Amino acid sequence: MEMVYALCVGILTTCGIFLTLRGRTFPVVVGLTMLSYAVNLFLFASGRLSNEDAAVLQDSATGYADPLPQALVLTAIVIGFAMTAFTVILAMRARADLGNDHVDGRLPVQNEESPQKEKN
Amino acid sequence: MNLIWVPLLPLLGTLVPLFSERFGRTACAWMTAILPAAALFIVLNHAPDILSGQTHFSSLPWIPALGLELSFRLDGLGLLFSLLILGIGLLIILYARYYLSSKDSMGRFYSYLILFMTAMVGIVLSNNILQLWVFWELTSISSFLLISFWSDKQDARRGARMALTVTGAGGLCLLAGVLLIGNLVGSFDLTVVLDHAVQIRNSSLYPVILVLVLLGAFTKSAQFPFHFWLPHAMAAPTPVSAYLHSATMVKAGIFLMARFYPVLSGTDMWFLIVSLTGLATLLLGAYFALFKHDLKGLLAYSTISHLGLITLLLGMDTKLAAVAAIFHIINHATFKASLFMAAGIIDHESGSRDMRKLNGLWKYMPYTATLAMVAASAMAGVPLLNGFLSKEMFFSETLHQSSLGSLSWIVPVLATCGGVFSVAYSLRFIHDVFFNGEPIDLPRTPHEPPRYMKLPVEILVALCLLVGVIPGYVIGSLLHSASAAVLQGIVPDYSLAIWHGFNLPLTMSIVAFIGGLIIYSNRKVLFQFHAQFPESDAKEVFERGMKMLMAGCRRVYEWLENGSLQRYLLLMFGFTIILLARPMMQLSDTAGIRTTIPADGVVITGAVLLVLGAFATVIWHRKRMIALLTLSIVGLIVSVAFARFSAPDLALTQLSVEVVTIILLMLALFFLPQKTPKESSPHQVMRDLGISAMIGGVVGTLCYALMTRPHSTISDFFIANSKTGGGGTNVVNVILVDFRGFDTLGEITVLGIAALGIFKLINRMRLYMPSGDERGRPWSSDRYPMILAVVSQLLLPLALLVSVYIFLRGHNMPGGGFIAGLITSVAIIQQYVANGVEFIKNRLKLNYQWLIGSGLLIATLTGMGSWLAGEPFLTSWFDHFHLPVIGEFELASAMLFDLGVYLTVIGATLLILANLGKLTTAERPKHKEEES
Repeated sequence: MEMVYALCVGILTTCGIFLTLRGRTFPVVVGLTMLSYAVNLFLFASGRLSNEDAAVLQDSATGYADPLPQALVLTAIVIGFAMTAFTVILAMRARADLGNDHVDGRLPVQNEESPQKEKN
Repeated sequence: MNLIWVPLLPLLGTLVPLFSERFGRTACAWMTAILPAAALFIVLNHAPDILSGQTHFSSLPWIPALGLELSFRLDGLGLLFSLLILGIGLLIILYARYYLSSKDSMGRFYSYLILFMTAMVGIVLSNNILQLWVFWELTSISSFLLISFWSDKQDARRGARMALTVTGAGGLCLLAGVLLIGNLVGSFDLTVVLDHAVQIRNSSLYPVILVLVLLGAFTKSAQFPFHFWLPHAMAAPTPVSAYLHSATMVKAGIFLMARFYPVLSGTDMWFLIVSLTGLATLLLGAYFALFKHDLKGLLAYSTISHLGLITLLLGMDTKLAAVAAIFHIINHATFKASLFMAAGIIDHESGSRDMRKLNGLWKYMPYTATLAMVAASAMAGVPLLNGFLSKEMFFSETLHQSSLGSLSWIVPVLATCGGVFSVAYSLRFIHDVFFNGEPIDLPRTPHEPPRYMKLPVEILVALCLLVGVIPGYVIGSLLHSASAAVLQGIVPDYSLAIWHGFNLPLTMSIVAFIGGLIIYSNRKVLFQFHAQFPESDAKEVFERGMKMLMAGCRRVYEWLENGSLQRYLLLMFGFTIILLARPMMQLSDTAGIRTTIPADGVVITGAVLLVLGAFATVIWHRKRMIALLTLSIVGLIVSVAFARFSAPDLALTQLSVEVVTIILLMLALFFLPQKTPKESSPHQVMRDLGISAMIGGVVGTLCYALMTRPHSTISDFFIANSKTGGGGTNVVNVILVDFRGFDTLGEITVLGIAALGIFKLINRMRLYMPSGDERGRPWSSDRYPMILAVVSQLLLPLALLVSVYIFLRGHNMPGGGFIAGLITSVAIIQQYVANGVEFIKNRLKLNYQWLIGSGLLIATLTGMGSWLAGEPFLTSWFDHFHLPVIGEFELASAMLFDLGVYLTVIGATLLILANLGKLTTAERPKHKEEES
């Protein structure tokens, strides 16, 4: 189980980071969202995975899931939403004011292709 | 009276001149002098005790837990220096009253000067080495302000910058040294540091500490090779040169060495570094002083030379050398300050400082000339003046030391050479200025200065004479107690007699005089010899260096900061990998010893879905709508995962946030291009993939390593006290609203601020409004489908009921303010989606900003409520009640706090989404008008 879980966190991180490295704002926002999933899962895992442990205090419970990471992640999810919202609105505002949706606020000069052609 | 007043009074005094400037120059000077005089009075009051061997302490705790306090000590060394600083400072105030012209802002000048005085007194009285450093830096800053006082002159600005750079850099070294000492000893208290001298000297860090502290001292005291700033600091008004750059500030470095003498000295490294630096500075200063045509330039280099002499004395391995050093500090301060003042008078009354023009001034100002000549003789070391006594002690100590082993004989020889030049430049100061023919092309005809301008010079010259004739009476006890403080123990026997018989030191003095006379009389030859060397202007070199440094920094900065976000992220991620590489390699085993849970079919299915969703998002990321849909799969699986691993609160939160997020992104996508153009070249894609896979691999490995290791947690405390202390069985919620309620308050505040920021960004956004999809098909005209509208209206009360239920049970069962708030928001957003903005606007008159505000207010007031019961902020309270029909129920203050959270979450979510949604409608008609 731990192996599968860690694999998922790793893949989510990979995909998230790859998308944040894109040049347009929307994929970056999507990447950030995915990265925050990965971060939340990671933080959650610091309380170790529990299979059948109780989440709420009860007399019959034998063990409890660690509540502290849960409390941390709960607020992290909400704040993460606020952050996603802020970046996406910023992206919209940037498009409105600058006329393009590139992360640098200006379109790249198309010269990356030409030197390669010269080399060839 | 309390010692704290000694620096505090001058500190208050910095304001006095600014207010008293309007009452005229003389009044301003008098009023400025009152507080420093009071401080001097306090010091004098303490003096008898200190001279009898006591040390006075006084401190004011600040952060006792960190060992930070305002702490002062007055011992012999501190007494000597504070008398010099305050005493000469008062004379300088009087002198500056006549020196400054009516064009200069006297208030500003005095203010800076007194600020410097505060800083200097602070250094010498500090009993905490960190505090000492703070005052140390303050002297650098006030010196910068004073040098650049005539800021319209380029020389002044450059000189000030150079002084600040050199002494500031030294200050940083000193800070590092001080921190190391504090770390080693475990305290910044000077008394403790002095007690741990042996431990510091035996530490492996000792060489580092020594070099850092000495760098601080050498830069401040203008020791070779950092001496170059001092001559350029002479662009300051002469009172400043007399006070800062000869009598006091440059002595701060010497003071530092004397202060740390018991701790750092006594090793070969100390003797070697300090004595060689001192010797080099002594010779260099003495040689160059002779060739300066500027009166103040001569004095500046002579100051460097004397500072080198004192440093050399501190670097010798005899105890008596330290006593001689202290003695020379006093003597140099008196004769050099008076010489600077005399030079200032000459400059002031004749309009020039060039010794090639200044000749024969004896005829015009005989009184000033007499004073200057006495002081210059003291500088040369003429018997019956104070300079002679300390110079004899110096010569005698050079004969007794053995710092350089078998080469120790070099020191007295070179010291005599220094003495020769010192006599020569003193002679030049006397002969060239006051005799040697007639003045040439002076701007003004020189005459005697005003009566009171001479008074400070008279007092200092009188001191030179008194110390020179009856040293034991005037200075004996002060010298003794200061030496005792430096040596931290028994002061060796020494004699302050004027006549020690005909011995080797006296011979050295005689040689120095004869040699000085010869050199001065043959000065033309020497000048020609010196003129062969190309004049290198330290200022130009320094400025060039600074320019190169700036250009270099700019290149690095432009390389790093080229405006491309992708590049920043790439650098950041790359750096992360570099930082992580080492610790990851040191982690020998990935798997820990904790027993793992076997994976089952459901989990694997979920994982496959999640991975597929994530990959699909990446693969189709350029088709934005599809990417969004696949992203939502990932989000859903994440919330299922939370549910699977015993975190129902998280599952609920993630689920509702997921809904809100996807609606938000869809709305945003409406205004953004539907597709991402293909821009990245293949190798760019490969590079990004490589970097992200590496980080993903590291994160996954860490996650696995973490999960397979046993953990100890503080959560046991929360679980044990949740019911009894917080009154709830849902520990997660109790942590949020009770144990860590203050954190939650911060978080909802951030949420509120983010929402308001977004509101501001949305406001007045001018967006292109597409009238159809990417293929040009117009939007559906059926804007609000009937079935959706009806069903969602029916659902609304139910959804609200659920959210209230979730809210109320939150303290004991999964739920709470965050989740309930999100559910309510989703319910209302659904109405927006199904019925449109207009429909809601007429029915739901809610101001979301108010909602956020009231939520935060309720949460904060709940926290403050505990003050009424005399408890700390956010202390919770709960009790059980019994009502006839309903049965037993619980009331808790945490509930009220949770209500605040609930309202803030609703307000923030709706403020964001409703306003974004409004954009699609409010501007649409306008857009059509524009089209038609």
